[in-house]
Amino acid sequence: MFSIGPLAFTAPWLLLGLIALPILWVLLRAVPPAPVRRRFPGVALLLGLTDKDAQSDRTPWWLLLLRLLAVAAIILGFAGPVLNPQDDQGGDGPLLVVLDGTWADARDWPARIDRARIALDDAARSGRPAAIMTLTAPPAQMPDFQPAQAAAQTLPNLQPAPWEPDAEALAALAQALDGRFDTLWLSDSLARDTRRDMLAAFEARGTVRVVQTPRTTVALRPATFADGNIALSAARTPVGLPLSVPVQAIGLDPAGTERVLATVNMEIPPGEAVGETLLSLPAELRNRITRFAVAGVRSAGAVTLTDDALRRREVALIAGGGEAEGLDLLSPLYYLREALEPTADLIDGTLEDVLLANPDVIVLADVANLSASEADDIAIWVENGGLLLRFAGPRLAASDVGRMTEDPLLPVRLRAGGRSIGGAMSWGEPKALAPFPEGSPFYGLAIPQDVSVTAQVVAQPDPTLADRVIAGLADGTPLVTRKALGQGQVVLMHVTANAEWSSLPLSGLFVQMLERLAVSTRPATPEAEALEGTVWLPQARLDAFGQLTDATTEAGVPGEALAAGTVGPDLPPGLYAFDETQIAVNVADADTTLATAQWPARIPVEGLDIAQELPLKGWLIAAALALLAIDVIASLAVGGRLRGPRADVAAAVLLALMIATPQDARAQDADEFAIAATQAVSLAYVTTGDPRIDEVSEAGLRGLSDVLFRRTSIEPVAPTALNIETDELAFFPFLYWPMTPGQALPSREAYAKLNRYLRSGGMILFDTRDADTARFGSSSPEGRQLQSIAMSLDIPALEPIPEDHVLTRTFYLIQDFPGRTASRDVWVEAAPPDAEQAEGMPFRNLNDGVTPVVIGGNDWARAWAVDQFGDPMFPVGRGSAGDTQREYAYRFGVNLIMHVLTGNYKSDQVHVPNLLERLGQ
Amino acid sequence: MNDPVALRARAEASASALPPLLAAAEHLASTVILGDHGRRRAGTGDTFWQYRPAQSHDSARSIDWRRSARSDGAFVQDKEWQIAQSVVFWVDQGASMRFSSAPAIAQKSTVARTLALACAILLTRGGERVGLTGAALPPRRGTAQIAQMAALLSQDDPSDYALPEARGMVPHSRAVFVSDFLSDLAPIETALTRAADRGVRGALVQVLDPQEEAFPFDGRTVFESMTGGLRHETLKAGDLRDRYLDRLAERKDRLTALARTTGWQFTTQHTDAPATQALLWLYAAMEQPI
Repeated sequence: MFSIGPLAFTAPWLLLGLIALPILWVLLRAVPPAPVRRRFPGVALLLGLTDKDAQSDRTPWWLLLLRLLAVAAIILGFAGPVLNPQDDQGGDGPLLVVLDGTWADARDWPARIDRARIALDDAARSGRPAAIMTLTAPPAQMPDFQPAQAAAQTLPNLQPAPWEPDAEALAALAQALDGRFDTLWLSDSLARDTRRDMLAAFEARGTVRVVQTPRTTVALRPATFADGNIALSAARTPVGLPLSVPVQAIGLDPAGTERVLATVNMEIPPGEAVGETLLSLPAELRNRITRFAVAGVRSAGAVTLTDDALRRREVALIAGGGEAEGLDLLSPLYYLREALEPTADLIDGTLEDVLLANPDVIVLADVANLSASEADDIAIWVENGGLLLRFAGPRLAASDVGRMTEDPLLPVRLRAGGRSIGGAMSWGEPKALAPFPEGSPFYGLAIPQDVSVTAQVVAQPDPTLADRVIAGLADGTPLVTRKALGQGQVVLMHVTANAEWSSLPLSGLFVQMLERLAVSTRPATPEAEALEGTVWLPQARLDAFGQLTDATTEAGVPGEALAAGTVGPDLPPGLYAFDETQIAVNVADADTTLATAQWPARIPVEGLDIAQELPLKGWLIAAALALLAIDVIASLAVGGRLRGPRADVAAAVLLALMIATPQDARAQDADEFAIAATQAVSLAYVTTGDPRIDEVSEAGLRGLSDVLFRRTSIEPVAPTALNIETDELAFFPFLYWPMTPGQALPSREAYAKLNRYLRSGGMILFDTRDADTARFGSSSPEGRQLQSIAMSLDIPALEPIPEDHVLTRTFYLIQDFPGRTASRDVWVEAAPPDAEQAEGMPFRNLNDGVTPVVIGGNDWARAWAVDQFGDPMFPVGRGSAGDTQREYAYRFGVNLIMHVLTGNYKSDQVHVPNLLERLGQ
Repeated sequence: MNDPVALRARAEASASALPPLLAAAEHLASTVILGDHGRRRAGTGDTFWQYRPAQSHDSARSIDWRRSARSDGAFVQDKEWQIAQSVVFWVDQGASMRFSSAPAIAQKSTVARTLALACAILLTRGGERVGLTGAALPPRRGTAQIAQMAALLSQDDPSDYALPEARGMVPHSRAVFVSDFLSDLAPIETALTRAADRGVRGALVQVLDPQEEAFPFDGRTVFESMTGGLRHETLKAGDLRDRYLDRLAERKDRLTALARTTGWQFTTQHTDAPATQALLWLYAAMEQPI
């Protein structure tokens, strides 16, 4: 290959042909253009005329230059020029292309695939067999080498995986490698322990080349909750400049649409491996977040899913007793506040206000009496999924709530007064708690020895009591009872929320019980023991590109795997659920750090981007053809063939060659259209696509325009055909729209335009032309078409034209609205229901608005239609009765246009007596 | 195109738009034959012209007794003198007339024939006698004559430029020559002067294609006559344009001058213009008294 700079020629000897160009110049110059033979009777007059310039007409220099350029382009083109020619990559053995295939690759995966394809193409050119694999999905044995073309065809099958290569699988692969081959390793540029062994294994088989880009990789660590804010941190390969990482908080909005709820920029200083930032959000927004993602990066590492750890429940605390002064430690809510503050958002306020905030939990501490409306509101709230947690206390014990019948907001009936145990005035010891029964939400919680209960409210024995007890005292009396109400539940602690009746609120058990009741949430990932033996169902799966897909159909994952926390094929990143709890498994954990992979000096490292080889042959030959095409035209022009008898053919060819852009012309057309349409009144009709119908519409409106011109002061110009898709409707007060079964439904934009037209005072006369045989649409095809077209139109309620409608007297007094057929059923906008009969007038007070639509099937256009001599085009009826009917059709048309243009001023006649009276006459 | 039936249909269509042409009457005793045309003077005829007192040479049979009874003198009824005119046509049948520069434009021969025949039909309707110069079709009346004329006009002449035929012209009649007049002018001059010598007046209609008027050529061109008999090669046709147009104008001038000296009239008709235009002009030319 012979190369000049970035340009090389595959057949450089052909360039010698360029020497022939000057010879060609001389030759072309010497030969005049061939004469045109023309038949011309006037030749008799030409005889004897001689040319003034005796020398032969030479080909003009620019035409010569054009031809020479074309020939030069052809010579250059066939010499096979190639831009950025690829040097031979060396080696002739089999080629193994290895991709890391991790989440860090996903970001520029297409570029990697392209690079692999270039390598495989090279291999194909030099006849090397090739194989391809990713380290995240390593084959169990040595991959088979196939022809590089075939290997290249499997490239689209390769996908990155959202995890790192597994060390064991790689060790097995290193063992399985066999034979001699060269390796091209497309690294994801992250350092990891397995690299050294794999490199050694590949080097043992042949030369290794590495493709790696020195770019920064960012992995988002799981978000945590810190001091009311969300703490975000990200790890990156500590190279290069300061980095600003835009992190988006993504979640569902109230409408259920996923959207970006907040964006925060995380600044990572130069050289730092970890960046951190805080995000402060209202609790409502925070609880909606499902994941954080780095904007614009398609990689699983740039996404971190959130789980219950970030979710905080809203708990409303309401105590009875109101304004009582007292020590904090005696406040019924003090211990609750202390227990819940770290893990939940607390809401204070009156019950009404609190209910508006729709909290997750309402705690009523010793609140006995609720007003009926409050009780109803709370019941509704509970039935919609709320958790009502009530604590007993002196007030509840003293009240009559739930004595005789079960209160809906109490799980059990209560005995009057409660009981005290182990006090000064009673026998017995303070009672300890019994172990929690199986099936209770508290099952498995250890009971501290020092928790004792000295007083409680006591449940009435009841057939349902046993089912509702979820914790009891050692003597079997209920301590915590629960019942379901709708989708929610009501829980009653039979002791106070402060330490007055029991030492429970002082113990850690109190917090754990609240957590189990889902009043507060789990502060951190469950312990390994807690996960043992559980099976977690995948809810959503994160792929290497950071996309969430539904995974509810996939097999469950054992809790042990979750506890180990190693992301891999067995535990793909995603969201896992067990019972009510959700755990997010992310690519990066809280300790993830990233480093750039380092390679020994003996390994050549290439960049990902290499200049693409660009053969120029096709371009040059295309250019030569274009030049020759221009030469054809130019030769015709020079030879006088663009004029004379065959000029039309030449002109057609020229026109085809010059593809003009009609944009400006169209804009100009639109302006002209607007000016023409607004200069005078023009009735318009909607084109249906059926030329016959459109012709009739045109003739009909022309006939009506003539009648208007003769009889009224309306002087319309020729009717306008409107394409509702492209034309502006606003210039026309009146549209005639005949229905044909075959016409297309308007597009969305056309509908918007039509609705705007109807709202802004336009009128459409829909004509089904079927004489209303179908009585609005049930069976005639035109009627059905009208229904489907009008479905999306903003059409008000309709009624058949009432006798006092203003259409019956805008110009002529008419009561029938015939067209070519004479059905009485013509529909207009319905009068308001409160219209009243005007005093002394035969019609009602109807003063507002012009009906936006008139719908009928009387085929008016055919009755109005006239030909170019002004004679009717279609017969109407028979004899003089027919003439009368046509006359009435015209009168209806006149009334209609009058109605459109003058509105309903005729209705104002009802005011005439009042006006006269006001004038004092 | 040259089918007689089609030619006649076109001619009829063209003629239907005009009122019958009344040729100006002229005293040509030798050609007087009773016809439908009042000559505005007393003579032989069918329609009443005037009463005049009976002269001595009037026979008693010719006295109009009804008129005479109302007065003392005897009166004779004179009839209006009615005569017919003979119009002969010469239409160039040469190959040069079969030229048309574009498919949408009719051949010159088609235009010429239609024009001539339309004029003949009008004249026939007006009661005149029409025919062709030469011996082929002497002037006669009637639709059969028109049909025969259409048939004869549809024949083509193989030569490039046909020579005008001046024989067979009735003295003091009228003649219409339709041609492109692009050939040698000498025979035309001879024919016209001979006709004028015999008292024949008429009209020259030159039919030209728009391309022959515009000469829109350029570049190296070989011009050939329709049969290929004449050739002229030029290297720059554009240079010839002005001189060609000069020659054409000069030719028209000569024809106009010739017409003026012989008492004929001359016009140029283009094939892309409506034929009615030329027919109107012929109408006017035929009405003009000699």
